[in-house]
Amino acid sequence: MDNQIIIKIVLIAALAVFAVFLMLPGSGARHLALRRLSMIGLFAIAVVAVVFPQLINDVANAVGVGRGTDLLLYGLIVVFIGNSLAASRRYRHTEREVTNLARALALAEAPKPGSHQD
Amino acid sequence: MPLYNEGQVVREVILQARAVFPNIVCVDDGSSDNSADEAAAAGAVVVKHPINLGQGAALQTGLDYAMSDPSAEFFVTFDSDGQHGLDDALAMVTRLSEEPVDVIIGSRFLDGRTKPGRIKKVVLKLAVIFENVSTGVRLTDAHNGLRALNRRAVSVIRIEQNRMAHASEIVAKIGQNKLRYAEHPVHIIYTDYSRAKGQSVWNLVNILNDLIFK
Repeated sequence: MDNQIIIKIVLIAALAVFAVFLMLPGSGARHLALRRLSMIGLFAIAVVAVVFPQLINDVANAVGVGRGTDLLLYGLIVVFIGNSLAASRRYRHTEREVTNLARALALAEAPKPGSHQD
Repeated sequence: MPLYNEGQVVREVILQARAVFPNIVCVDDGSSDNSADEAAAAGAVVVKHPINLGQGAALQTGLDYAMSDPSAEFFVTFDSDGQHGLDDALAMVTRLSEEPVDVIIGSRFLDGRTKPGRIKKVVLKLAVIFENVSTGVRLTDAHNGLRALNRRAVSVIRIEQNRMAHASEIVAKIGQNKLRYAEHPVHIIYTDYSRAKGQSVWNLVNILNDLIFK
């Protein structure tokens, strides 16, 4: 179906962006900023969609999706995947920090090497 | 020696090991049983993780501790469940001190002493192929917890994989840092105890996941 090519490109591009995002060693500030910008973007889209319901249908038709609800579903899936990736990334980061903290604590409480009595 | 819930056996393992190696660091990885007390009673230095972090994290903590002793020259990683042989460990340290290598990795597939089950063998062999291809380091065993390292090796190998993927990570870092490595045939003693507690083959999936999504 030729008229669906646009939505296919859009969805695959979004997923590709996530893949790149996952590979890049990100700096904290940039990630935080990107996350906040995308939150604002989503918010803006949501407001526009509420105010002009017909707009979603028009956009859906323009990119080759039959109904506005379908477009919303696609968008939801993309946002969900992106959110999952960001969350797991944050989780791994936290895990590293916890490891360093726990290790420092464990070593601080251990007896000094050489002081151990047999 | 990473330690997690091996209270039944760890005292005996350490008592035997101390006859050969006087300085033993046991990293208790948040065990819920009496492992830490048993290890201390057997005469090991016990470093306690406040929470469970995983075997890789425990190894790195133990190596950090041992490295803080400037008189320590050689380091051995040894499982706390008694599946490694002390004669193998001693032979590896001797080789490390005599041969121009930085790290010696145990391999259960270099001689016929070890008898792993069929599935385990297949999984380990697949892991070996994966490691050889992905790291360029040629080994015959992928997940052997018995290793001997010198100071240089310990200082460049920083284990960041908290869980079981640390074994592959160590191999990868040997390759990245161009450490001189050798293998040594070791006998893995599969007792009913270690078999009952041993790694599930399902861990292969978890390890691959940890390696891919760093």
